[in-house]
Amino acid sequence: MEDWRKGQEIVVMEGRIKVPYRWAAGEVGTRYLQALRDERKFLGTRCPGCGIVYHPPRRHCPDCGRECAEWVELGDRGTLVSYTVVHRHHPQLSPLPLPFGYGIVKLEGADTGFLHLLYEFGEGELEAGLPVEAVFAEEREGSVLDVRYFRPLREVG
Amino acid sequence: MGKRVAVVGVGMTKQRSSRPDVTGQELINEAVRAALEDAGISRRDIDAVVIGNMDHFEGINYVDTWSVDGSGALMKPIMKLTTGGTTGTTVAMAAYYHVASGLFDRVLAIGWEKNSESDTTGAIITAFDPFWDRPIFAGAVAGLALEATQYMHLTGATEEDAAYVAARERRHALNNPYAHLHINLTIEDIMNSPYLSWPVKMGDMCPRTDGACAVIFASEDVVDEFPSQPAWILAVADRHLWAYTSDPYVNQALENGWWFPALEWAAGEVYDKVGIRDPLKEIDVAELYLPYSFAGLRYMESLGFCERGGGPALVRSGATDMGGECPVNPSGGVMSSNAIGATGLLRVAECALQIQGRAGDRQVPEVKIALATGFGGCFWSDVLLMGREMPEKPRG
Ligand SMILES: [Zn+2]
Repeated sequence: MEDWRKGQEIVVMEGRIKVPYRWAAGEVGTRYLQALRDERKFLGTRCPGCGIVYHPPRRHCPDCGRECAEWVELGDRGTLVSYTVVHRHHPQLSPLPLPFGYGIVKLEGADTGFLHLLYEFGEGELEAGLPVEAVFAEEREGSVLDVRYFRPLREVG
Repeated sequence: MGKRVAVVGVGMTKQRSSRPDVTGQELINEAVRAALEDAGISRRDIDAVVIGNMDHFEGINYVDTWSVDGSGALMKPIMKLTTGGTTGTTVAMAAYYHVASGLFDRVLAIGWEKNSESDTTGAIITAFDPFWDRPIFAGAVAGLALEATQYMHLTGATEEDAAYVAARERRHALNNPYAHLHINLTIEDIMNSPYLSWPVKMGDMCPRTDGACAVIFASEDVVDEFPSQPAWILAVADRHLWAYTSDPYVNQALENGWWFPALEWAAGEVYDKVGIRDPLKEIDVAELYLPYSFAGLRYMESLGFCERGGGPALVRSGATDMGGECPVNPSGGVMSSNAIGATGLLRVAECALQIQGRAGDRQVPEVKIALATGFGGCFWSDVLLMGREMPEKPRG
């Protein structure tokens, strides 16, 4: 096997698998995304057994299995639960200017976390418990990116 | 009810950044041949094969049948499994279930990956929810960094504490000829490496690796056929819980997620089954799936090696170094080699070698009980406890 290898490169075939998909949000996801798109409102669902308000909404409580039929309107402010500042990332997946913040936000009225981007923060400003607010996109199309990002809460006035 | 099960053969490839000299099937075959030779049997003696990897890392589906030339599973029952980071431990547990059921006597477990063949981050995104995670996905490192930040916030742990763990893993890897990284990184080197996603730096993370591992599981009825000392499976447990990246961080039904209930519950189950009360003292060696440095602090708490918040003091005491009370990852662990589908199975293989006293320069003296874990995505966990003595009776 060895002789023929001298000076030979291993053949490497380049490829790219690009498959179109159509993911349905379902009724619960659609109601949520519709409110985000059309009314700039965050909605959660409440478990009648545990009382937990899920955001993003759940159709059924993952803990007790009951149907979470009650919709709850949440605030567009919340607190930062955890965060990171991303210095390197994948340019094709998210062509965002670096560095950017990435965090878990617990919205007012919700008991669970929401993953999103963070911008407009100063160096060392991010910390657990920091009040934050959503910045909505002008053009909204029914995706979590209808919220452009969260930023530290600026007092009005 | 059920059969007692032992590991009776282990094979692994050298873990390397890239193996263009072999295809995936051929890479698998290297590990399988080594395991069969180690067990002193031929592929004809194998009753069933369980294999695992992450399909989208190679872009090949039907790995079960595609790998037959490598696995030697021609005309045999095959099950193929994919569970993210835990794939290798899930493969081990499924092979164990096969044998423990009494339906199969000799089962071959295989874990493998050629991470060099794809864009790992691009492939990993397909493991996340298209509505709530993917539109804002910033990579696996950023997801782990959320855990690290919260851990530091809640416990006061520092980046230097984490760097201690990363340096330990790389130091241990120098004793393992199969490890991918053989670089003696110091705490200072790790602290000076660039931030990927604050507070996680380049030196805190696992590499991308090509490699395969194969392990042969045998029933108590046939264990005497094999030349090496059996390494018995004492108990296994698995816990899955969260769906989305954001789930662990805020109070859901399971209290604050920072203390990692999946690992704590799975470990608690195997300890209860085996009667372990003081894991740090009673377990002689641990091969843990620590994908990055901060895991080596927090997971010690979830595993009951110390109380919550005690991870930094525990590792800085030297208790997890070679020569310590319970050395962690004598192999160098995941931070030194991470061929994802093989990684969890390598933990089990390393525990078997430790129990058999065949771990070479990385051998811990007198190993009677060894702990292996697997970690995956939104913080799910596999835990296996292995031992030198045959259990008194079969247990799950
Ligand atoms: Zn409930």
